[in-house]
Amino acid sequence: MGNNDQPVVRMSSITKRFLDVTANKDVSFDLYSGEICALLGENGAGKTTLMNILFGYYTCDAGEIFIRGEKVDLAAPKDAISRGVGMIHQHFALVPSQTVLENIIVGTASRRGIFLDLKSARQALLELQERFGLQIDPDARVWTLSVGEQQKVEILKALYRDVDILIMDEPTAVLAPAETADLFNTLQSLVKEGRSVVFISHKLNEVMDISDRIVVLRGGQLVAERKTSETNARELANLMVGRELLESIEKKEFAPGEPVLNIKNLSVLNDKKLVALTDLNLIVRQNEVLGMAGISGNGQTELAEVLFGMRSPTGGVIQINDLPLNFGSPPASIKSHMGRIPEDRIDTGLLMDLSVEENLILENHSSAEFQFCGLMKSQKIHRFSDDLIKAYKIKTASRDAVTKSLSGGNLQKVMLARELAGRPSLIIASQPTRGLDVGAMEYIHQRIVKERERGAGILLISDDLDEIFALSDRIVVLYEGKIMGEAPGATASREQIGLWMSGVKA
Amino acid sequence: MIRFRIIKRKPLPGWAKIVIPIAAILATLILSAIPILLAGGHLWKSYFYLFHGALGTRYNLLETFVKASPLLLTGLAVAFAFRAKFWNIGAEGQLLAGALTATVLGVNLGGIPPVLVLPIVIIGGFLAGGLWASIPALLKTKLKVDDVVSTLLLNYVMIHIMGALLFGPLQQPGSSWPRSSAIIKAACYPILMPRSRFHMGIIISFVAMLIIWFINKKTTFGYQARAVGFNIRAAHFGGINTTSVILWTALISGGLAGLAGVGELCALQYRLIMDISPGYGYSGIVIAMLGNLHPVGVLFSSLFFSVIIVGAQTMSRMTGVPTYIAEVIQGMALMVMLIFLLFTEFKIKVLRK
Repeated sequence: MGNNDQPVVRMSSITKRFLDVTANKDVSFDLYSGEICALLGENGAGKTTLMNILFGYYTCDAGEIFIRGEKVDLAAPKDAISRGVGMIHQHFALVPSQTVLENIIVGTASRRGIFLDLKSARQALLELQERFGLQIDPDARVWTLSVGEQQKVEILKALYRDVDILIMDEPTAVLAPAETADLFNTLQSLVKEGRSVVFISHKLNEVMDISDRIVVLRGGQLVAERKTSETNARELANLMVGRELLESIEKKEFAPGEPVLNIKNLSVLNDKKLVALTDLNLIVRQNEVLGMAGISGNGQTELAEVLFGMRSPTGGVIQINDLPLNFGSPPASIKSHMGRIPEDRIDTGLLMDLSVEENLILENHSSAEFQFCGLMKSQKIHRFSDDLIKAYKIKTASRDAVTKSLSGGNLQKVMLARELAGRPSLIIASQPTRGLDVGAMEYIHQRIVKERERGAGILLISDDLDEIFALSDRIVVLYEGKIMGEAPGATASREQIGLWMSGVKA
Repeated sequence: MIRFRIIKRKPLPGWAKIVIPIAAILATLILSAIPILLAGGHLWKSYFYLFHGALGTRYNLLETFVKASPLLLTGLAVAFAFRAKFWNIGAEGQLLAGALTATVLGVNLGGIPPVLVLPIVIIGGFLAGGLWASIPALLKTKLKVDDVVSTLLLNYVMIHIMGALLFGPLQQPGSSWPRSSAIIKAACYPILMPRSRFHMGIIISFVAMLIIWFINKKTTFGYQARAVGFNIRAAHFGGINTTSVILWTALISGGLAGLAGVGELCALQYRLIMDISPGYGYSGIVIAMLGNLHPVGVLFSSLFFSVIIVGAQTMSRMTGVPTYIAEVIQGMALMVMLIFLLFTEFKIKVLRK
């Protein structure tokens, strides 16, 4: 750990520009053998870009890279891989229809003549699995594996190529808590053998848990470097955001109001026609945030889809403000006065290729306010969008800018602006801060609190327990399509919620 | 060592939208020298007759518009459908459906007031094309049948329906050719310029272009079609009735192609023959792509096509270069345009080490 000899990687004064954006400015970064170094920063801070340069994916505009003391010129990933640098991106590079073994040997010289030498490759793979405790059936097709298992395949793929400098880009973003613990064990055993790991993340707790050293990037520049043992999450958060974050969220007390959402005996099937929800009962009241915790894949997605009108249940009744909801029709859900924040804002919530304005008016473009006989009232639409862009502090070049040019936090602001503009009495927020950085997360949380004070009832579905605890008046835990338990937000214990999340009824 | 990389470039300023197509067409014409020379033509003479043949005389200029009219309509038909990601490869069949319906109406509507005949023929042709296109749209929305395949295959179904009718009930009495009787006088498009074939259908196609531009730009339907085209799931989530948007798109798209068929029948042929369309429906796909799916772009690309087609006739007569050269130039134009469009977003960076 943290030995003082020469670094295995030295990146000095790296600068990288994309068009007008400077992604990295004069960044110097060292990596030592036997350490896990966390690269911490908000989205767009330049973490991934810096590592893509080390991986030979991008070339830097200025600066030098040394690997084991030797100056290198990395023109393509293969140059990096041949020097023992491997990178696992957020989106895996696996062929779903092939087996684990086939995926691992692709591009390597496991062959005898023109034939694949699967036998010795399998032997080598089994040895690696044994050594690092990465148990996966070599003959399983990749598409049958869970995300966590696919990640293990990626790690094995890197190890098979003798990678001793492993870069992992936000590896826990897609993992359940248990899988995260698994991954951390693997990483620990890797560095014990003298390899080095770069762990890109914006999650403070994880970084504190796993790393030996932390490098903080902000706006493309290196702002701080700390030994993990000598810092804490608060300091890191402030370094990352560049200003003091609010200590905690202040919430006013409210007496329980009228129910705005009443779900009775709801049963739903998922895409594979398996049971997603059984006989679910739930009430959300005015001035209340009901936090729904649970590991993803326990029916949260399907519940949100039913409420949004994107899926029809097999049984049950949903009442919104005492009126029954027509199932399977997004327009019906919109008319029921529901604010809908889907977990997948890029594919479901927003039209990334349309302008910001066109996204803001999506749900009411055909209302009498914005059209007459099918003609758009552009003046009114412009005014409406400009007002929302201002009110929600959406950072965009103009209302006509294409939506995909916005950052993740601003995308979510567009989503919120559209959904909250009609002052809905019920808000369904599904994973509202997933993938967002600390600054954007803070903004979204304040918004939710504000909506609660306005009188809305909010169903907050999230697998981020910190978020659930910070915002909820009541907490329910969903496990295998059923409510495992309910606790008041103020007094609930993390242990209890954690047990319910893993299906233990205490 | 010199290496090349393709990297994204900054968004180009507005004038690029005009300069790039013009540059693409110039590049195409320069590249056309290769096939012209290969065909043994004299280069400058060939270029001269290509343009003189299309634009040089009053009659030829008007003839270029006559040729542009069906191309503009089928180009619009395809562009309008593609914008909503309804992959209508079937403009040819829809054109034939329009021509066929116009024939049936045009031959048999002798009994009603002459002023009413032409409107009925035009509306009938539009609806026939539209309904023919709505079959694959229904299959797509209700049964998730791939629209590329179904629209394409329905072209052949329509060709054979037409053939069966032309050898059967529609065949001109006493004729042994597969051709129908002539349509009545009241069903013919008026000729608008003396000593030419410049007919009312040309005006119809230009008006159609303006209407499509207006729908795209100003109406909620245009907005909805764009939303459905870019991300149908998000459009559905946002409350847009995606099935209805696709059906209306198909109806309008097929209707435009149907109008092209009506024009060919009522302004040029006056009777249905098997060769009523030399593949205008397929050219429409290329024209729509060349025009970047924008109505004004489609207008210019259809005019460019008709210049090449009409001009190639004269060039061939005067220099002996075969008229097939027109199709070679059309194909090159599309490829050059696609390459140019690629470079509006990307550029090649040269790295020297």
